[in-house]
Amino acid sequence: MTTEIKERIPSPIGESKPRLENDQKVTGAAIFADDIQFGNSLLYARIMHSPHPHALIKSIDTSKAEALPGVKAVVTGADFPGYLGLYLQDRHIFCRDRVRYVGDPVLGVAATSEEIAVKALDLIDVEYEVLEPVLNAEEGAKPDAPLIHPDLGNYKVANFIFPQPGTNISNHFKLRKGDVDGAWEKCSTIVERKFWVPHIQHVPIEPHTAIAQWDETGEITLWASSQSPFAQRNLLAQALGVSQSSVRVIAPKIGGGFGCKAGISMEALVVAIASKTNGRPVKLLLTREEEFHTAFVRQELIAYYKMGCDENGKILAMENTYYWGGGASTEYGVNVTRAAGYSCTGPYEVPNVKADSLCVYTNHPVGGAYRGFGMPEMHTGLEQCVDELAYKAGIDPVDIRSINCVKEGCETVTGFKMHPTGLSQCIEETAKAIQWGQKSPASAPNKRRGKGTAIMWKAPAMPPNAGSSAWVELAEDGTVNVGLGGQDLGQGAFTVMAQMAAAALGVPYESVRISSPVDTRYSPYEWQTVASRLTWSMGNAVVAAATDARRQVLDLVSEAWDEDPEDLDIRDGIVVSYKSEQEQPIKDIVVYGLPKPDDQGWLGGPIIGRGKFMPSYVTGLDAETGQGTRSVVHYTTGSQSVEVEVDLDTGCVEVLRGVSAFDVGRAINPALVEAQIEGGFVQGMSSALFEEMIMVDGFMQNPSFVDYRIATTTDAPSDLQSIIVEVPQDDGPWGARGIGEHPMVPTVAAIANAIYDAVGIRMMSPPFSAEKVYLAMLEAGIVE
Amino acid sequence: MTKLFKLSLTVNGNPYERQIEPRLLLSDFLRHELGMTGTHVGCEHGVCGACTVLLNGDPVRSCLMFAVQAHGHEVLTVEGLGTIDDLHPIQQAFWEAHGLQCGFCTPGFLTTLVPFLEENPDPSEEEIRVAISGNLCRCTGYQHIVEAVQLAAEKMRA
Repeated sequence: MTTEIKERIPSPIGESKPRLENDQKVTGAAIFADDIQFGNSLLYARIMHSPHPHALIKSIDTSKAEALPGVKAVVTGADFPGYLGLYLQDRHIFCRDRVRYVGDPVLGVAATSEEIAVKALDLIDVEYEVLEPVLNAEEGAKPDAPLIHPDLGNYKVANFIFPQPGTNISNHFKLRKGDVDGAWEKCSTIVERKFWVPHIQHVPIEPHTAIAQWDETGEITLWASSQSPFAQRNLLAQALGVSQSSVRVIAPKIGGGFGCKAGISMEALVVAIASKTNGRPVKLLLTREEEFHTAFVRQELIAYYKMGCDENGKILAMENTYYWGGGASTEYGVNVTRAAGYSCTGPYEVPNVKADSLCVYTNHPVGGAYRGFGMPEMHTGLEQCVDELAYKAGIDPVDIRSINCVKEGCETVTGFKMHPTGLSQCIEETAKAIQWGQKSPASAPNKRRGKGTAIMWKAPAMPPNAGSSAWVELAEDGTVNVGLGGQDLGQGAFTVMAQMAAAALGVPYESVRISSPVDTRYSPYEWQTVASRLTWSMGNAVVAAATDARRQVLDLVSEAWDEDPEDLDIRDGIVVSYKSEQEQPIKDIVVYGLPKPDDQGWLGGPIIGRGKFMPSYVTGLDAETGQGTRSVVHYTTGSQSVEVEVDLDTGCVEVLRGVSAFDVGRAINPALVEAQIEGGFVQGMSSALFEEMIMVDGFMQNPSFVDYRIATTTDAPSDLQSIIVEVPQDDGPWGARGIGEHPMVPTVAAIANAIYDAVGIRMMSPPFSAEKVYLAMLEAGIVE
Repeated sequence: MTKLFKLSLTVNGNPYERQIEPRLLLSDFLRHELGMTGTHVGCEHGVCGACTVLLNGDPVRSCLMFAVQAHGHEVLTVEGLGTIDDLHPIQQAFWEAHGLQCGFCTPGFLTTLVPFLEENPDPSEEEIRVAISGNLCRCTGYQHIVEAVQLAAEKMRA
């Protein structure tokens, strides 16, 4: 059986091929957005940000700045009345009548140098009327809270998002399944908890960079460090009231994204400024401080959980309420809320569920997509409650997960039948690898060790019809050029696409090139590089395009050789006939075609294959119950187990080991899958132990790398183990599904559960800093 | 107009002379005056380490130095480590051992490691982790970077 399956998997699928473009990245030759040279015509933009969390703009006087030599443009919200937004069009490019958070872009200046641009900002007077801010999602959801968006009812919105005009609630996802109220009395054990997950930031090491140019014909070009060239084209066109075809986005290499370079944020600012510079290009490069408020941050979450199980550990009911602090705009964040709603139980089969997932405007920086898209936040509390339920019910925490986790054919929370999934196997694998149930001795008398496990699920969160397209063309030397519109953020998408094209076409991996940088003028359409969807969705498009090219080659050869196409194959770049045993390299065929016999003309011509993919089967969900035929395309599932050591004298938590198992359907490139798992684990660990945007009265207290710390080499455990489980996805290329975001989803909860195992305290709010852990131990009487 | 300073220094073995503003950062000088964009700037406050270059062989944060402070000195950037046809063993190892993802932090790791591996040809894992603890990477989780350094050390000993 195994051999049979293996034979159907062509090389180089499943091989850890070296990453494309590493040559440029190790020599310094790789071109990132700020490396593109524009010569002396380049202008530099700076942004004036709101100094208030919530205020009305009464007046703006830019006259002194405009008179400053070297200033070429001053642009305010008055110039751009259009709305911007992916799922809910709720913001202007620059603020118009109102500022909604500290950092909100009020106006922009372009000048011949950054110094002059900064000086110009100092010469501008803005008068504000300060308003009462909303600083907490739960408070903001109350009917008497100050309104941040009085025009909510007038905004354009996707048909699966449900804003409540007259409140700060920009989406309310409701889930009602079974009889929750009647289920509690059947539960022998019930757990109720409240958790708070603060705002964090993505922290790509490359800050956001964008350069924009409007030429005299009105053609707009944007070069940006971007996950979403096509979405940016569309959103800019909508906001500016121009056609999509007059916007061109070019996306060079990107120095980390994690969601913050998806959709559109600061890119629109520089495009707006460039409308007034008579064709001169303008660059906006965010400072590290601006990175914390001018692009997206992760939403905060206040979450209430109630769950109960019977004496066998079977979970009978859940009642969860999620208040998402969406920040000043929720144009992207409303869909995080929705994703948390339709995935609200975590990866469990629960017959009775009541859940409300509310997106609430606050006067904080704008929440957007962040690796995991709501799932790490939601699983933080959920997976601790499941752990607590196990302990209270006297069931092993691993067993309770095995008993209740989703399995093929079970009914998920939205009523969709679960597809094949390797979650049970992932749970077994991580438990085995971490030696679950065995306590290892601490490294010192003042330290305590503990182990913790958490599991997860996550589906790509996107519109039901997010599409991919690709083309494959061949050159005279037989090299294959793959056109695509998704981005390689470092996750290795280009490498994996090259492997798929090679396998589908029948050529060596080394002969495949990816047509980059992605340029919306020349590259085929791709919705966005988000949602861990490229391997699956763009992969399907690339495979279709390569298969189309292959079919064209074989049809041509079949005609020229007068053979049945079924007897022909392309192996290693050579067309072979299993019948006549003829052979011809494709390089001799793919551009010039083949001669007809006896010099009677020619057959064929340049080969170009095309392919597309768009899921067609995702249905809507009932607005009152969240029930429907198929809520999502699929769920990637997985499990993590960690071992920690807690220092009783300092409260310091050290993560000693991390074991992860994820069901990726099929690992196209196992080394790249492992790299995603390791990187995601450490990003999750960093959010568990260190990261928080400390907000006081709407002001961030720690907008620098000195005060906002991310994990370094010495924090990361040296013992990270990645286990790949492969239960194929029916519509994935060779069964593959995504893995980019998932590895950081269960990490915070796994670490929290290990801390509980070590010292017996429940940590209700990350980060689990030494100070917080020590104080919690003090309060619990564990230390004196 | 600020009085310009006549800077002369050596970068990657080549002498350069430029008239520059005294406040120009070394990182901006390398990137914008010399067009050597392999040195990346991640935070401009000396924490992330992406802009690390070697000054007379020692790693420094080029975003925390004025270019004029390099007057008369030798600077080595990632472009000077090796070429695509003749990679430094550290570059080769990062490529082979998946020691990078987005690659933005990579030049700073490579330059930090050159003197470290010259002084410590057979480092322990812990020594490696301490040596690069001042360089931030958000993508890799560091495990493959550490493995790449071990591979580089092996290559350099051979």
